[in-house]
Amino acid sequence: MDEAAIQAQGVTKSFGPTRVLTGVDLTVPAGTLVALLGPNGSGKTTTVRILTTLLAPDGGSATVAGHDVRREGAAVRRSIGLTAQHNSVDDLLTGRENLELFAGLHHLSGPKGRRRAAELLERFDLAAAANRRVGTYSGGMRRRLDLAASLVAAPPILFLDEPTTGLDPRSRVELWSVIRELLAAGTTIMLTTQYLEEADRLADRIAVINNGRIVADDTPDALKHQVGTERLLLVLARPQDLHRAAPLLATQADRAGPGPQLDADTGELMMAIRHPDELRQALVRLHQAGIGVAQVELRAPTLDDVFFELTKVAA
Amino acid sequence: MSTPTATAGTRPALRSGVDLGTTVGDLGRLAVRGLRRESRRLDALFVNLALPVGIMVIFVYVFGGAITTGASGLRYIDFVVPAVLLLSAGYGAALTAANVAEDVNGGMIDRLRSLPISSWVVPASHVIASVVRNTVTAGLALIAAVALGFRPHATVGDWALVLALVSGYVLALSAIAVVWGLAVRSTQAAEAFSFIVLFLPYLSDGFVPAETMPSVLRGFAQHQPITPLVETARALLLDQPIGNAGWLAAAWLTAAVVISVPVAAVLFRRRTT
Repeated sequence: MDEAAIQAQGVTKSFGPTRVLTGVDLTVPAGTLVALLGPNGSGKTTTVRILTTLLAPDGGSATVAGHDVRREGAAVRRSIGLTAQHNSVDDLLTGRENLELFAGLHHLSGPKGRRRAAELLERFDLAAAANRRVGTYSGGMRRRLDLAASLVAAPPILFLDEPTTGLDPRSRVELWSVIRELLAAGTTIMLTTQYLEEADRLADRIAVINNGRIVADDTPDALKHQVGTERLLLVLARPQDLHRAAPLLATQADRAGPGPQLDADTGELMMAIRHPDELRQALVRLHQAGIGVAQVELRAPTLDDVFFELTKVAA
Repeated sequence: MSTPTATAGTRPALRSGVDLGTTVGDLGRLAVRGLRRESRRLDALFVNLALPVGIMVIFVYVFGGAITTGASGLRYIDFVVPAVLLLSAGYGAALTAANVAEDVNGGMIDRLRSLPISSWVVPASHVIASVVRNTVTAGLALIAAVALGFRPHATVGDWALVLALVSGYVLALSAIAVVWGLAVRSTQAAEAFSFIVLFLPYLSDGFVPAETMPSVLRGFAQHQPITPLVETARALLLDQPIGNAGWLAAAWLTAAVVISVPVAAVLFRRRTT
């Protein structure tokens, strides 16, 4: 199992004059989950569409399950399941009919397909709604059916394009546990997401994509260390103290590269915190310098912070 | 990898690496899906069940009394039934445009294209579902016609040819509808195709004799494809001489299919990659 289940090298794609992918390199080892993390328009979906043979790359090469996505599309499609970003189940059919249709199109025999559909409906907690039209399902139910539909052929490799976007928190947690089960059963998973938290909770590795290029590819821990686990937001009592405060705190932030961000208008100062001690140190230093602090706020790093840090390091 | 890694080309295969028997099965499965969808949409059910009966009633009872059938000397109901058959079946066939557009514009196409099936099966299945559905619709229109007093004089061979003509017309129109559905950008625009198909038969020899029309319209009516189709159906159903209408009808239908199928294939490939 040391072979990579998914491998992309220098994949490029343009739509007209817009260069969507400028050279994506990506490796997903078999049996692991790699999260492709990026904002809207960064090239996540395009990458997934190329790897699932829905879109031909302009340049570069990619293999999935050892098959070239361009030349051996059929073989790739036999090894993968895809849950696309938009619902891709039939609203006018019932949940059961959808799964039986896809089982048939995966060329499972009739009885086998029906068994598989029943199994999946049970597993995804849809048995009670099995004979209702999908049009009447809630968002979470649809998403689960969508995922179930990707699993009818028990594919060794699964692509999930923003599987939890638009879901309520409870449905999201439910879907996460299903994804973990699949991973535990040996499925290789590539998941795209806009949420750092989601990538952090599920992924063995996180590939951060921005402007059609992978800007970081590491374990969640390593990335978080690089970005900082928490953001410390300080609002100074007097904005004019900012230029004095910044150097005091910069020495502390130096270890991880970028120094604190300042906002002169509001007297706000934001910096990464990797350890609770750093918070104490920062406040002590400001206190010793006689700089008053009006407000202290700790928050989790957002995707924006990740990009700010990563693109700054790259530049 | 723990999975068998079958490579394409180890057995006789189509482009996608799927063999012919399997592809026929896929067509069937997706055609059944299409028929199921239609059976659950109120508008489609109306078009397929109520419209043919409604149009038949309107033409026979509302317009029928005021229209003379000119040189043909036929009763109006006998004159108009073939046109209503084609109108009803054709209108249903035009809905194929919206069905294809819905698949291509929605998320469903991504799922279907990530399956190990030949992708052309997707639009082709809509055409097959349309032929089944609208041939049944034409049958309903015919039953309504007989109930209203239509008395066909046709042999078994004639009936077989009528069936071939109607299903051929539905096939040709559905294939053109696929092209339209793929060419336009939205499902709403795709639906506009129905209106063209709905009005074309009125400008033919089907509802009123073409000789009663002003010269420009008469020229159009006499040379557009619906006219030989209607004349062929009329001749078959009423045991009249066909003349060259049969060959003309066959030529029109063949041309429509032969031209629109490859265009649809190219458009489908372009829209979905």
